[in-house]
Amino acid sequence: MNPPAAPASASLATRLRRAAGRHEFLLLLLIVALCGLIGARNPAFFSWDNGCNLLKSSVTPGILALGVLLVLISGHIDISFPAIAACSMYVTCLAARALPALDHLGLLFLLAAAAGTALGLLNAWLIHRFELPALIVTLGTAGLIRGGLLAFVGTRIITDLPASLVAFSKAQVFERALAGGGTVGLSVSFFVLVAVAVGVWLVLNRTLLGRGIYALGGAPEAARRAGFNLALLHGFIYGLVGLLAGVAGLIHAAHMRNANPFDIVGIELTVIAAVVLGGASITGGRGTVPGALLGVALLVIINHSLLLVGLASEWHQVLLGLIIIVSTGLTARRARRRSASAVPVYSP
Amino acid sequence: MNPRVSSFDRQASRWLRGDGSLGRLLLLTVAVFVVLSVTNPGRFLAADNFESMAFQFPELALLAFAILLTMLSAGIDLSVVATANLAGILAALVMTRLLPEPADGAGARAVVALAGATALAGGAACGSLNGFLIARVGISPILATLGTLQLFTGLALVITRGHAIYGYPDAFLFLGNGTLLGLPVPFLLFLAVAALLAGLINRTAFGVEARLLGTNPVAAAFAGLPVASVLFRTYLLSGLLGGLTGLLMIARTNSAKADYGSSYLLQAILIAVLGGVNPAGGFGTVLGVSLAVVALQCLGSGFTLLGFSNFAREFVWGLFLLLIMILNRLAERRKATSG
Repeated sequence: MNPPAAPASASLATRLRRAAGRHEFLLLLLIVALCGLIGARNPAFFSWDNGCNLLKSSVTPGILALGVLLVLISGHIDISFPAIAACSMYVTCLAARALPALDHLGLLFLLAAAAGTALGLLNAWLIHRFELPALIVTLGTAGLIRGGLLAFVGTRIITDLPASLVAFSKAQVFERALAGGGTVGLSVSFFVLVAVAVGVWLVLNRTLLGRGIYALGGAPEAARRAGFNLALLHGFIYGLVGLLAGVAGLIHAAHMRNANPFDIVGIELTVIAAVVLGGASITGGRGTVPGALLGVALLVIINHSLLLVGLASEWHQVLLGLIIIVSTGLTARRARRRSASAVPVYSP
Repeated sequence: MNPRVSSFDRQASRWLRGDGSLGRLLLLTVAVFVVLSVTNPGRFLAADNFESMAFQFPELALLAFAILLTMLSAGIDLSVVATANLAGILAALVMTRLLPEPADGAGARAVVALAGATALAGGAACGSLNGFLIARVGISPILATLGTLQLFTGLALVITRGHAIYGYPDAFLFLGNGTLLGLPVPFLLFLAVAALLAGLINRTAFGVEARLLGTNPVAAAFAGLPVASVLFRTYLLSGLLGGLTGLLMIARTNSAKADYGSSYLLQAILIAVLGGVNPAGGFGTVLGVSLAVVALQCLGSGFTLLGFSNFAREFVWGLFLLLIMILNRLAERRKATSG
C-alpha cells in the first residue's frame, strides 16, 4: 500500500528521511550509479542521441508496464498482454490497408485500443465469471490469441503502414543537429507514455476505483464485503490492460516502421520483471506508478547498454533473472519481517 | 470443519465415484481416438504412429508431472522447461568434451553415466535454487520461477552462445530411441517415474503434507507442518524431473539447444489442468495426468495428420485449456449446489 502522505506539519528533514527509505528512492540511486558506471566506461552513453533513443525505447515497455502494474496491485497476473498487443496492432494495420478511410492517427489508435480492450475483457470475463486463476487463464488466452492471429489472420509482415502512423513515427521535438549530419530529437510517442502514466497515477491515487484495486489486492473478500463491485473492478483492470496493450502495440509498429505479427510476444517476463523491480508485489496491494517507471528505465538501460560496456548480449537474460530474484527476494524478506504472524505463512 | 478441507473430501469422493474430470477426460480421449481412427484409419491406426507417440509423449509427461507436484502445494514451476534445457546442455557438454576417441567400450559408457549424473545434478541444483527462494526467502512461486526461468535460459545461452550441441554416443541415444522387450525406452522410463510419483503422493507423509499445504496454507502453518521443508522438497523434485526430461529430450533429438521446446510449458500446464489437477492446490493424481498426456498426444498426432500448422495447434491448446477449466468449474458448482 502507498505510505500515507506526510502530514503538513512534518519537518522537511522528516520528509526527506521518509523519502530516502522508500523503494523508489533506492531504485533511483541504483539507476544513477549504473548510468555513472556505464558513462565512465563509454562516454557515448551521455550523448543526446543515446538519451533520446533510450526514452523512445522505453515507450512500449513503459505503457505495457503501467497496465501490468494495475494487475499486480490487484493481486492478479496477466501474461497475455503481449499477444493482445501484437494482435491489436496487426489487425489495425490490416484494417487500415483495406479501408484507406481509417488512415487518421486518432482512428487508428481508437481501433487498436478497442481491439485490445475487447480481448482484455475476455480475460476479465473468464477470470470473474468462472473464478479461474489468472495465470492459467491468461496463459490460455495468450495461446488462443497468438495462435489465432498467426493461423487465421496472417503471418506476413506489413511494410506499407498507414501514412498517418508513419508521420507519427517521424515526429520529433527538441531536435538537435548531429555532428555527422542530420538531426535527432525526442520522439513524440514519449508523450503518450507520459499521458498514460499521469492517467494511471490519477486513477490509482485519486479515484475510488483506484482504492478498489488496492483493496482487491490487499484482501479480496474484504474488498467485496466493503461494497466494491468485483465484476466492475475485474472488467476495468483487464480491459485497461488490453487497451494499453493495443496502444503500445501500435506505437511499437510505428517505431519499427512495419507491423510484424511475430513481434512483442516474449516481452512479458521483462515487463513483469520491471514492475516487480519497481516495488509491486505479486500478492497484491502494493505498487506505485513511479516505481514501475523506474523499473522500466533500469531494464531499458541495461538492455541497451550491455554492448556499450562490452558485455555479450547472451548475458542479458542472466542479468535479468538475477535482478528479478534479488529484488523479489528483498521485497519478500521485508514483507515477512513486517508480518504480524508468529508463524511464517506461505502465500502462493 | 474447514470448508476448504471438506471441499477436498468432496473432490476425493467424487474421484472415487469416477464422475469427476477423469470421466470427462476418458470420454475425450476415446472421442479423439475414434474420430481419428474413422477419418484417417490408414495412418492413425498404423503401428508406427503409435510407436512414434510412445517415444514422444514421455518428455511431456515428465514436465506435466513436475507441474502436478508443484500445483499440489498451490505453487507452479514455470522454470521447468528451462531447467530441462540447461540440464540437457550440461549433459551434452560432458559427452562432447570428454568422449574418448573410439566412441564405444567402457570409457564411453562411463562418460554417458557421468553425463546422466550431471543432468540430474544440474536439475536438482536448479530445483534447489527454486526451493530455497520459495521456501526460505519467501518469494511467491510464480515470481521465483519466472526469475529462474530467465536465469536458466540465460545461462544455457551463455554456455551454447545460441548454437546447438549435437553428436552423442550410441549408448546414450539408446535412452531416447532404443527399445527394451519391444517397448520404447522413454515409455518404460515414463512408467517407472509415474509409479514412483504415485507412491510418493499417495503413500508417503510428504505427499499428504504437500496436499494439505496446498489445501490450506494458513492451517498447515499453524498445525505445525514443516512448510519450508515440504516446499523445498517439492521444487527439488520438480527440478529433478526437469533434469530427467532434459536427458530424454537430447537423447531423442540428438541435439541440445537453449530454446528447445518453448511451447512445452503451455502444454505441460494444459496437461496438468486437463488431468484434473487443481491449480489452486490440494488435488491432483498421476493417473489423471497420464491419461491427459495420452489424450493430448493422440490429438497432436491427429493435427499432424490433418496438416495443422504450429500456430493452429497453439490456438487449439489455448482453447482447450480454457474450455476444460470452465467445464471443471461448472461441474464443481453443480455439485456444490446439489450437494
